[in-house]
Amino acid sequence: MRLVLELDAVQQVYGTGEASVHALRGIDLTVEAGDYVAIMGPSGSGKSTLMNLLGCLDIASHGAYSLAGHDVASLSENELAVVRNQEIGFIFQSFNLIARMSALANVELPLIYGRVGRGERRVRARAALESVGLAGRADHQPQELSGGQQQRVAIARALVTNPTLVLADEPTGNLDNESTDDILDLFDDLAAEGKTIVIITHEDHVAARARRVITISDGLMVDDRLNGDARAKNTAVLA
Amino acid sequence: MSLFEILVSAFRGVTANKLRSVLTLMGVMIGVASVILLLAVGNGSAQEVKSAISSLGANTITVRASGMGGGGGATEESTAASTEKVITNAVSDALASAGLGHVASVVPQVSTTLTVSSTTVSSESVSIIGTTAGYFDVGTSGVGTGAAFTEADVAASEKVAVIGQTLASTLFPTGSALGESVTIDGTPFTITGVLENQSSTGTTDANSVVIAPITRVQKSFTGFGAVSTLSIEATDSDSVDAAEGEIEVMLNQLLGQTTDTATYTITNQSSLLETQEESADSFTVLLGVVAAISLLVGGIGVTNVMLVSVTERTKEIGIRKALGATRGAILGQFLAEAATLTLLGGVLGVVAALIGANYEIYGTQPVVLDYSIPLALGVSVAIGVFFGVYPAARAAAMRPIQALRAI
Repeated sequence: MRLVLELDAVQQVYGTGEASVHALRGIDLTVEAGDYVAIMGPSGSGKSTLMNLLGCLDIASHGAYSLAGHDVASLSENELAVVRNQEIGFIFQSFNLIARMSALANVELPLIYGRVGRGERRVRARAALESVGLAGRADHQPQELSGGQQQRVAIARALVTNPTLVLADEPTGNLDNESTDDILDLFDDLAAEGKTIVIITHEDHVAARARRVITISDGLMVDDRLNGDARAKNTAVLA
Repeated sequence: MSLFEILVSAFRGVTANKLRSVLTLMGVMIGVASVILLLAVGNGSAQEVKSAISSLGANTITVRASGMGGGGGATEESTAASTEKVITNAVSDALASAGLGHVASVVPQVSTTLTVSSTTVSSESVSIIGTTAGYFDVGTSGVGTGAAFTEADVAASEKVAVIGQTLASTLFPTGSALGESVTIDGTPFTITGVLENQSSTGTTDANSVVIAPITRVQKSFTGFGAVSTLSIEATDSDSVDAAEGEIEVMLNQLLGQTTDTATYTITNQSSLLETQEESADSFTVLLGVVAAISLLVGGIGVTNVMLVSVTERTKEIGIRKALGATRGAILGQFLAEAATLTLLGGVLGVVAALIGANYEIYGTQPVVLDYSIPLALGVSVAIGVFFGVYPAARAAAMRPIQALRAI
């Protein structure tokens, strides 16, 4: 199958010399198109660092990262912006909708940066809101929506560009149980449609929905297994 | 993203924090309003000088007798001067009949200050001007009611006079002055006309004046001999300099002197006023500079507010970058906001200035310069862009992960 993500011996080091911190100490990872992957790990394990690298928000200090065929390390700042716009749909723990802009305007935003014409933008943004069940809330501002509704707007925003990769960082961390289930159901639907999803979480019940679960600890991948598969595919590279 | 959408989104950014935006915008508004208004005040005073020029008659050249101790009036001059060195009626006539190509007319004047009385009222310190009938054709000293005296009156030294409006109403508060008699220093004069309203320049009231035939004024008050002033009209305003040259040569010949030893001075009214106009213009520039400084201060306020806005909206910048905003897109967004802020301030400033220009400021009616409005608006947008560049560049240069981490 086609590879969406390909990480080869990726390391992330912050600072220099004695004070340097090795947040990632060598990650090898491939994700195929259509896969639904959960990355787990306790806080401080390096999973947020990994999320930033996967989302092209940061560049790895060492190693190669290829996203949908782009060699990320070789891209300029503007090219990275284009890759983020075209290839990645972000979903954040704190929703990160822009205040004082309607749900529709928030969903339109990535299309604006992608230079999609006004008319098409409207149509696509409305369709995306409808797909998350918020067609009736298009003109509401974020502060007028519940947490679960805000996260659904954020999902619509992530999907509207039809990205190669949906990247979610603790998407249910700020939600109550009922909303969490709604959002996770939505992810299940997306996975069923063939979207490639990488979800970063520290909650087992969230990871349980994924097809594949990767565990990170202390900057290294310690576990990589398929859910429901008794034989854990342990690919941990122990230093 | 169309220009309209950029403006709409910039407007939304500006209205997000209304109080702060309004305060910043007021800085620009005050700056723009003061630029337009102070330029208008300067322009207004320049225009007043210009209208003074046209009321004096741009073609007029004045020759004044000098070197006589000055300022003492014609009486002293006539007694003190040696006959061949002073400008006399004969010199004036010779000048008028010399056939100078650029000279249209020569009007001699003598003047003094005396008490004028009607049968009931007296008016002290009235300036008495003795001149020829040509006086009423030079400049704008036209006769309002009645008639001017004639050349025949001058030749016959008739006791007739034309008086100013103020004097007429002072001496004859109840009725018309026409045909009435006034006594000047014991000599009775018949009033043939009243002058049109004269615009006063300086401290003397141009409407409190008696104008009588030069021969009569000399005979009764100043004595024969010297003429204090010659008003010379050039054929047209372009010939003023040429006429001035001709007069100078001719006068030196008639008086037997050179320019260095001249007992007279030639002044050209329009060139004198041009100097005044120039100083009025530099006054305008000075006012403009002062106002521009206040606009600059307003601009610094814009930088300050945009910096605060960028800091406050770090998270938003991070989100936008995560969604694929390029450096240029963020830069454009914040520049558009700064420009919208200053443009709004500029528009309000123009409105304020136009309202303010309806009122007289320190005795000057402001006249708004046509170019100052588009200029002030353009400058206010330019200030937004200029003073917004630094905050916008800071926003654009933020790294997405750091920006996203902001609370």
